[in-house]
Amino acid sequence: MSSALDASALRLQFPILNREVNGKPLVYLDHAASSQKPIAVIEAQREYLMHYHANVHRGVHALSQQATDAFENARTIVQQHIGAAESSEVIWTAGATDAINLVAQTWGRDQIGRGDTIVLTRMEHHANIVPWQMLAEEVGASIEVVDVQDDGTLDAEQLQQKLAQRPKLFAFTHVSNTLGTVNDAQALTALAKSAGAAVLIDGCQAIPHMEVDVQALDCDFYIFSGHKAYGPTGIGVLYGKRELLEAMRPWRGGGEMIDVVSFENGTTYAGLPHKFEAGTPHISGAIALGVALNWLNGIGADAIMDHETMVAAHARKGLSSIEGIRFIGNAPLASGVVSFVVDGTHPYDIGTLLDSQGVAVRTGHHCTQPLMERYGIPGTVRASFGAYNTLQEVDTLVSGTIRAVRMLRD
Amino acid sequence: MSDLLQQRQHEIAEEFEFFEDWMERYEHIIELGKELAPISEDEKLEEHLIRGCQSRVWLLADKDDAGNVKFRADSDAIITKGLAALMVRVLSGLSPAAVAQANLWFIEKIGLDAHLSPTRANGLRSMVQQMKYYGVAFQSQKQV
Ligand SMILES: Cc1ncc(COP(=O)(O)O)c(C=O)c1O
Repeated sequence: MSSALDASALRLQFPILNREVNGKPLVYLDHAASSQKPIAVIEAQREYLMHYHANVHRGVHALSQQATDAFENARTIVQQHIGAAESSEVIWTAGATDAINLVAQTWGRDQIGRGDTIVLTRMEHHANIVPWQMLAEEVGASIEVVDVQDDGTLDAEQLQQKLAQRPKLFAFTHVSNTLGTVNDAQALTALAKSAGAAVLIDGCQAIPHMEVDVQALDCDFYIFSGHKAYGPTGIGVLYGKRELLEAMRPWRGGGEMIDVVSFENGTTYAGLPHKFEAGTPHISGAIALGVALNWLNGIGADAIMDHETMVAAHARKGLSSIEGIRFIGNAPLASGVVSFVVDGTHPYDIGTLLDSQGVAVRTGHHCTQPLMERYGIPGTVRASFGAYNTLQEVDTLVSGTIRAVRMLRD
Repeated sequence: MSDLLQQRQHEIAEEFEFFEDWMERYEHIIELGKELAPISEDEKLEEHLIRGCQSRVWLLADKDDAGNVKFRADSDAIITKGLAALMVRVLSGLSPAAVAQANLWFIEKIGLDAHLSPTRANGLRSMVQQMKYYGVAFQSQKQV
């Protein structure tokens, strides 16, 4: 087994991967929770703070101009990365959660009312559930949920039934953070649109692993967090089609998002994208996210996806030798995520024993409790892979899990 | 402080002293978990669950004839159960006052506080807190 990507060489760009944990070399397999950062991203933030930090869009001085240029250049990088028609359709947010709440509280409040329906799927992250529940409760709308089949794919028939109810919105995840399932976002969007629904796609787990083209998808909103895509925390993106964004009221009020503020004549708002960016933004975060996306492009989405699925397949193969193991999520099209439970053991215990061996996995419900309920399990052990993970690391995971299971069961 | 409490903590500290690494310590904790008598299924009630654990932990407390607190605990995760076993071993059979005021220095001594992951440390803290609540509650009962 091999892939075009040389993970052992790539790793050298990630300083953190040199460290030890519990006296063992770190094996970081928690990419889906947050990715580690290449030196280019770390340097970009440092460079900004060392040489051209200033507030953006406000100054007459050179530093402010330089910061603004870099900040807006990063927006253009995002635009090109996701294939948006124009950079003003790219709104900086604090993250995916923030972006979804923004849509729910602006577009949602205007467009969704009493008796309306919002369709979600059972594989959504809580971030793509709770903001809609809050909205539904507030306006008297209802939420319909498309179920997940045993293999971790969406129940297409049920989706058709839900869409027949003419929902106002279909919000779904592009790639499941727990199951790894890659949804056919283009087909799902087309179905929803033909039923008259607006579409929001949670792209958190897609952006770091595959090519995304929002115009080809034809979705109305696409959101993601920077920190899962090799970028910093505290920065994320809301993409929206211009006509929708323009019709939306602002959410947070303050500086940067205004045109004219007056006590006498009322306040008017800035145009896109600033209308939704109240206050001083996370400037270094945006700049470094731009660098992260360029870094991703440099390697290539296909090479990354190939590598990660190869690594995941190797993990499944190795782990399969454990008696009583059950993989949660067996979709034919999946990202580099391996979620499992082992009979007679608790995921939490396996995770703890792996940590003692230097292997970082995540255990628990992964912010997808409805999905855990669906499979009747308290949680899973999840190993999730990035471009920097090697087959040797997977071997450490496998031997570590075998050892953990032996200790727990004996 | 109760002599018994001190003695038990010293015992545990000694027990953990000669382990080379955390895998060995966990091996021992797992052993303790397996030895702790399980509580019956019909006692595993919602009201006995401790909040703040990634695994489920049930904690029950009674007073024995001498008025001392008797703890029983169980968990669906074996390491958690082992940690519960340690706590039961240290605190069970002490007077309510001794439980309520217990200074549990052994947790730091054997390195649990430094080594446990944030979720486990929270879980352990909730467990200790709940045990102390029982101590406080039984104490005020006695005074009535
Ligand atoms: C699919 C998915 N959606 C949303 C989120 C929330 O992202 P954030 O916490 O960065 O806002 C996550 C993060 O775990 C995720 O995996």
